[in-house]
Amino acid sequence: MAESSVMRSGVTLAGIAAICTALVAFTYQVTNERIAANEQAWLEQSLAPALSGLFFDSGVSESVLTIPAPHELPGADDAIVYRVYSGESPVAALFVVSARDGYAGAIRLLIGIDVDGRVTGIHVLAHRETPGLGDRVESGKSDWLRQFDGRSLSDPAPGAWRIKRDGGEFDQLTGASVTPRAVVKAIRETLQYFDANAAAIFAAEADAQDEVGE
Amino acid sequence: MNAPNNTRFMDRLKTGLWYENPGLVQLLGLCPLLAVTSTFINGLGLGIATLCVLIASNALVSATRRWLRREIRIPVYVLIIASLVTCTELIFKAWFPALDRSLGIFIPLIVTNCAIVARAEIFASRNPVGTSIVDGLVMGIGFALLLIAIGIFRELVAMGWLLALLPPGAFFSLALAIAAKNAIDGKQKSRKLNR
Repeated sequence: MAESSVMRSGVTLAGIAAICTALVAFTYQVTNERIAANEQAWLEQSLAPALSGLFFDSGVSESVLTIPAPHELPGADDAIVYRVYSGESPVAALFVVSARDGYAGAIRLLIGIDVDGRVTGIHVLAHRETPGLGDRVESGKSDWLRQFDGRSLSDPAPGAWRIKRDGGEFDQLTGASVTPRAVVKAIRETLQYFDANAAAIFAAEADAQDEVGE
Repeated sequence: MNAPNNTRFMDRLKTGLWYENPGLVQLLGLCPLLAVTSTFINGLGLGIATLCVLIASNALVSATRRWLRREIRIPVYVLIIASLVTCTELIFKAWFPALDRSLGIFIPLIVTNCAIVARAEIFASRNPVGTSIVDGLVMGIGFALLLIAIGIFRELVAMGWLLALLPPGAFFSLALAIAAKNAIDGKQKSRKLNR
């Protein structure tokens, strides 16, 4: 008696779970392409501001380079680099990377670095940090990200590329240190990668055009 | 046949908007209410998203109520609501990307809006599908209108008094809304007594 009732409850639950999963899967199928296109558009919109007015005359989205995982950049998935040129000479590179040690999942960052290794601008593309605390790293919510503009690996010294609470030079956010710590670490790692690989990045052939889409 | 149905709908609408407004009277779903109402457009966006989830979850809970035994009803509510919220989030990301970015994590957090579980438990699990959808509609509209009203109020006041945009401003605005409702109700009651 009791056993059959447990059985029935289990079957009901499984049935409803199957229906709900089908519903989500169907919605995902329908929205999948549009969401990817929206994210790409948002990324391309963010590219120019992250360059802080540097002069360039190349089409930014035409010089995409995918760095396949595993790599030394932050994040486990493939990293993307947009290279920016003025004529033939490289001006800057824009990295799309994920800081993985945030408070709630990956923080997608767009990090602009000029050819001399200075940060031109940083933009948070996506995150799931706590509203009112960690989400203040977003450029729309506070100007916390601006403190990195113009900084490089030697300014401050690599040992001071931390938030103040960890003995470094950068401000944290009141009530939230996990998110800023993750972002600072991601920027430092990206700068280090750029420092070691800049020549190769600017010399490499761009990805096939149709992969990028226009 | 039609007329009594209409008056019944008007009664239900009044219940959702006024007498049992989820935000003003039942004080449910206050976390999103306080957090996103800093502007009119955010209030509108979250209001509509919550309304859609509430209608769909009431419909699904009511449609499956015959198979729901007491011991599994809560997991089933959670399943249904979580799936619907995920779908809503995907739809927002696909068709309203700017609104999605501005509301951010509050769309997935509709899952935790207790107004939705409350309507599933109090109403949809005991009533037929049609009435449950109406209940979801009126309660959702009541909640959405409150979000919109507080959003407009805070956005307007913030032009002169910036505190309205900060979290304390949300508490003050909600308190004012509840006080206003109670004052109106009190006046009506005393008028009835005097008569």
